[in-house]
Amino acid sequence: MLRWILGGREAQGTVESAALFIGEEQPKNCFTEMQVLKGHFDIVRFLVQIDDLRFASAGDDGLVLIWNVETGDHLIELRGHTQQITAMISYTFIRGGNAHTALITASSDRTLSLWDPDSGNRVQNISDLQSPVKCLLVLVRLDVWLSGGNELCVWNRDFELQCKTVHHSDAGISAMVELPKNFIAAAMDKEIVIFKLNLSGSDIAVMAMRHLADHQDTIHSLIHVNDGLFASGSHIGELIIWDSVDWTIQAYEHILWEEPARDGQSEFKLNHQKPIERSIQHMSSDGEYIVAAVGSGLYVYNVLMKSVVAYRRIAHDSNVLHTVLQQDGCLMSCSEDGSVRMWELQDLPLPAEPASSGFFGMFGTFGRSSKQTGPPAKKIPEVPGLRSLELIGDLIGHSGAVQMFLSFKEKGLVTCSTDHLLIVWKDGEFQSQLRSLAVFQKLQENQEL
Amino acid sequence: MIGSPDVVALTKEDDFGDSFTDPCSLPEEFSVPLFAHAANANPWTKTSYAKFSKDFILVSEFSEQVGPQPLLTIPNDPKVCGTFDLNYFSLRIMSVDYQASFVGHPPGSNYPKLNFVEDSKVVLGDSKEGAFAYVHHLTLYDLEARGFVRPFCLAYISADERKIMHQFQELSSEFSKASEFLKSGNRKAFANELEKKLKDLEYTRSVLHKETELQKMNNGCYSTQAIEKANELANVEKSIYEHKDLLRQITSYPSRKKKDVDFVQHETEKPADTSVIDDTLNSNHSDVADKTVETESESIKSSYTPQLIKAKSAKCFDKRLKTMEELCDASFFHQTREQLNIIEKSFRGDLCLIYTSQIDRALLSKQSVTSFLFEAERSWEYGGTSKNFSISSNNPTVPILNLSGEPLSLDSYTTCIDVDHIKPGVESMDGPPESSTSDITQETSEAADTETKGSFSSDKSIEAFGGVSPSSLQANYFDGLERKSKVSIASPSENASSSVAVPQRMSDGNLVPMDTACCIGQDGFIFEEPLPELAQECCGDTVVNKEPLSLLQGDPALQVDYTLEESALAESPNMGLTFSELNTEEVEKINIEDVSDSTSFMSASTSSDRAVSPFTYSSALTLKQKKKAGHSALRFIRQYPFAQQAIFCLLSGRTLVILGVDEGTVRKLVNALFIFVPNLGKYGETVQPWLSSPFQLTDLQRWKLIGLQRAASPAGTSILHSLNRYSRYISILDCDNKTLRCPPYKGTLVSHLADHRTQIKRGSTYFFHVQGMLTQLTAKAFLYTFCHHIHLPMDINDQGSVTSRRTNFLLQLGYTVEESKIVHYLSELIKLHYIQGSSKGGNQSFCFNYTTSYLYKI
Repeated sequence: MLRWILGGREAQGTVESAALFIGEEQPKNCFTEMQVLKGHFDIVRFLVQIDDLRFASAGDDGLVLIWNVETGDHLIELRGHTQQITAMISYTFIRGGNAHTALITASSDRTLSLWDPDSGNRVQNISDLQSPVKCLLVLVRLDVWLSGGNELCVWNRDFELQCKTVHHSDAGISAMVELPKNFIAAAMDKEIVIFKLNLSGSDIAVMAMRHLADHQDTIHSLIHVNDGLFASGSHIGELIIWDSVDWTIQAYEHILWEEPARDGQSEFKLNHQKPIERSIQHMSSDGEYIVAAVGSGLYVYNVLMKSVVAYRRIAHDSNVLHTVLQQDGCLMSCSEDGSVRMWELQDLPLPAEPASSGFFGMFGTFGRSSKQTGPPAKKIPEVPGLRSLELIGDLIGHSGAVQMFLSFKEKGLVTCSTDHLLIVWKDGEFQSQLRSLAVFQKLQENQEL
Repeated sequence: MIGSPDVVALTKEDDFGDSFTDPCSLPEEFSVPLFAHAANANPWTKTSYAKFSKDFILVSEFSEQVGPQPLLTIPNDPKVCGTFDLNYFSLRIMSVDYQASFVGHPPGSNYPKLNFVEDSKVVLGDSKEGAFAYVHHLTLYDLEARGFVRPFCLAYISADERKIMHQFQELSSEFSKASEFLKSGNRKAFANELEKKLKDLEYTRSVLHKETELQKMNNGCYSTQAIEKANELANVEKSIYEHKDLLRQITSYPSRKKKDVDFVQHETEKPADTSVIDDTLNSNHSDVADKTVETESESIKSSYTPQLIKAKSAKCFDKRLKTMEELCDASFFHQTREQLNIIEKSFRGDLCLIYTSQIDRALLSKQSVTSFLFEAERSWEYGGTSKNFSISSNNPTVPILNLSGEPLSLDSYTTCIDVDHIKPGVESMDGPPESSTSDITQETSEAADTETKGSFSSDKSIEAFGGVSPSSLQANYFDGLERKSKVSIASPSENASSSVAVPQRMSDGNLVPMDTACCIGQDGFIFEEPLPELAQECCGDTVVNKEPLSLLQGDPALQVDYTLEESALAESPNMGLTFSELNTEEVEKINIEDVSDSTSFMSASTSSDRAVSPFTYSSALTLKQKKKAGHSALRFIRQYPFAQQAIFCLLSGRTLVILGVDEGTVRKLVNALFIFVPNLGKYGETVQPWLSSPFQLTDLQRWKLIGLQRAASPAGTSILHSLNRYSRYISILDCDNKTLRCPPYKGTLVSHLADHRTQIKRGSTYFFHVQGMLTQLTAKAFLYTFCHHIHLPMDINDQGSVTSRRTNFLLQLGYTVEESKIVHYLSELIKLHYIQGSSKGGNQSFCFNYTTSYLYKI
């Protein structure tokens, strides 16, 4: 055991993990400083940004904590929920000419609360709901917000119920997306239901317009892509791009991660033992690309070209829980394996070297990639424009699944995890410069310069 | 037994000196008396002339009943004074012309006036006794005393004249503090006493008034009885008036002083304000004290039941004079004792040592920006005036006799506590508990008390003092000593420093009034006693414990020899001022602590296998522990070829985990390496010497050096799991397999720091070598941190160039990439320390690098 731990490089090379290993040399990884934030007593599941400096975290202990990302200070604790928090969203409204940001939380104790993150007050509270709320959606344009559980409820700013739908199936609404012309798309088990909000004066009515039943299995993820498109992903790897206006299917991809016939022997055995998870747990989009977390792999799809851009069947050791596509073409993912990984979309080198093991047809995989810096030898020449997802860094710190992360650009990245911790990852070089500036500022104040 | 003077005499007789003079031989005045003691004895144990083994502080009083009498010594140990005649010396120091203080009825005033007299500070030498003293005179108020005042003096007595002269200002300021404690306590007690007395008087007046009325009623207004009563009443009235006035004076003290302070701030140069300036040091304190005076006296008002006062006061010598503790409030008295103990500690040892350490501290206090990195934290010294120490005070002009006219600047030291003796944790381990000895001594002391009173009661004048037999004086001395010794046991034992002060501690506990010769005889016995409660603290070597024995025991015969010689040399024991006549090349004596300090190397070498950990968390890390660690570090460097890499990890802030099965081995390695941990903390907070549970991510933030248990249990596997998980943030030194997994290091800096072929043999030497190198490194880090052109961007879009400028700067300093990491890490620590202050609150960030680790084997 110890040999292995202290085995140095030669041991690392033979780590028996199907996932790729980047090693400790990570020149492109700028996160060289971390700050551990303690405060929660149970799994932390949600992170919501409040403003440039503050964010809220919430989880199974029913606590909502407000933090300062720069200092790592724990600002305010919002107590009130007796059970785990199931959804949290920020709600910005104009009052007295100033924009206020409040937090709406929903909990398993069947309450909905509105919090003021400045004072820590529970401004509004609704209890004794008929069912726990699973998702929340704020319609800024109409200044109302929606809660989705077994029924869809529409609320105004003062927490007054405007209208609600009839009781749906037990599965309830798991996700909602705002569509143009006051339409709402809601994922309910295998269906996407389109609701319409009718505004007549101050009264709001909601009615179901259409049921889209094209998915074969439960829909786990429903996201807004751009003004014209939204996307949904299901448990068996179906990815459907929908038109926002006429609710027609724009593209349909079935991500199979299927086993190739001529796989490498070791790979074959390994995969036989472990059926491949291909559930689409999470998706994110920047309007042009969609990143789907498919099992423990990642799948990047270009909605404009309607083609796959890049993919990695095994990007993590375990299921990927959250992904973000950043402006600079960088992609981040976090997983149940406790790590956050950073990826870069790179153009594939010209097909000069023979593909060793990984030709899997349309939805193949790169398979095993154990070399630290080896060039991706596996590629699919048949697909034009295919690029590769290269691991450029990983963040290891949590000892449990990383549930979610939240980026504050240069200020850092916040991750939350099953191990009850939050970690703020910072750019060490940048922080060092900030500290230098602070030092010189203090010197100036103290007249010591 | 031939001393050098004898040898000189012989050669002169033979007359060889004229024909041949060895150019290499020392001039006669430098010749040191040959030390004819046992072969391995320390030649510095005895000074030539002094009859006492080490410096001590003497508190004595000029009693109106018995004349000058010693009250207590610090250290409170008869051995210290040896055969030194305290009574005689008390007479000497008390007879130094103390400025006449007007108390009583000054001319032109009808009522007694309290003089808030300034203390006087005098240096005094006594060639016969071989003693030199800094003498600090002060007066305390006592309602029952003649003129309401009782003169006291605090004297620092040393065999080293130069110490007194060089350290005059420091001594003066330190003793002023002690004096201020006494005086403010005394003011409080005096005010209380006055309040009581006033109550009594008022009660007496009312009783007398009634009686007078009664007399008038019975015998008519002009009867003798009535007139007598009326006179008596008038006397009481007058007395009340006087006492009220006194009370007003004593309670008005703070405001007066404050005024003076303001005054002084404008005219610091003005002479004769010395004690006033000293008061500024304690002005806050005395304010508080005087406030409490008022409040407490109020509370007493309610509880005190007045008594009738007899018209005639008791005979002067019938009454028992108050003890010093009664004169000052008990808590103030304890404070004074503590302060005196601090003085004793800070001025013990050789002058050079004191002087260098003072310079050292003065310089360190200017480096508060960086000193937290590798220096022992001495925050308790930073407050107050120590910052103003000027090194230029090399040759302070010390007036010989009366110093009250000498301007005293504020650049004096606050308490210079020897780091070796700071032991907050051991206070609980007080000296041996009070046993029957104390009871016996109490009886004997009472007996002595009555005896002395008897012998002195008839003698009013000081001249009679000379006629008193030495034995009774001795008894008197021990009486005072014993009275204080009861106090000393209640107060925390200040001598309870871990290993080497053991002999002192023991003797502290066993305070028995006995002949000094007796004490010497008993030394061995006391010493040999096992000290179970100290066993784990001290290094427990017989070497160390026995070493001071020879010092203390001395050789009575030798002593006699020297004293005889000395008395022959000095023609007359005139009043002190004989510095010029005295030989200044006395052999410097080293006190017990210093000797054992120098032997700590040996003790470290013998006890290092026991793997004594310096980390007890309750106690601060001492310099001595660090020196011992130097020895362990030396062994580590010689033993492990990858020591440099390990040290590099520590210096660059990468947590080093020492993994092993055996706790002793792991602790030993931790012990060897902790001196390289930057920002170690006062109590070594950044080191975890032994951990048997898996560590968390947050632990890596806190601890930079961890000793970790390797176990086969499930806990052991989870430990290994955490090691594996966080492997990129840590380096692992496996002491079972003798491997180190860490990033590579290239450069010369650490190899200079940890050269396995180093010629340095002693742990303390190596520690100082390391300290020197680290100081150099710190200086570079300081430069790097505060060179603003490398950190501030030229314009807003200039972030990249800042980085390159930083890198270039470090390269110019001659550092490799790895060494740059060290400087960078230190720099970050300095920045954080500067921004946040020394408070380590808040959530700290944890910096790391992405670098490949390699496995190093032996």
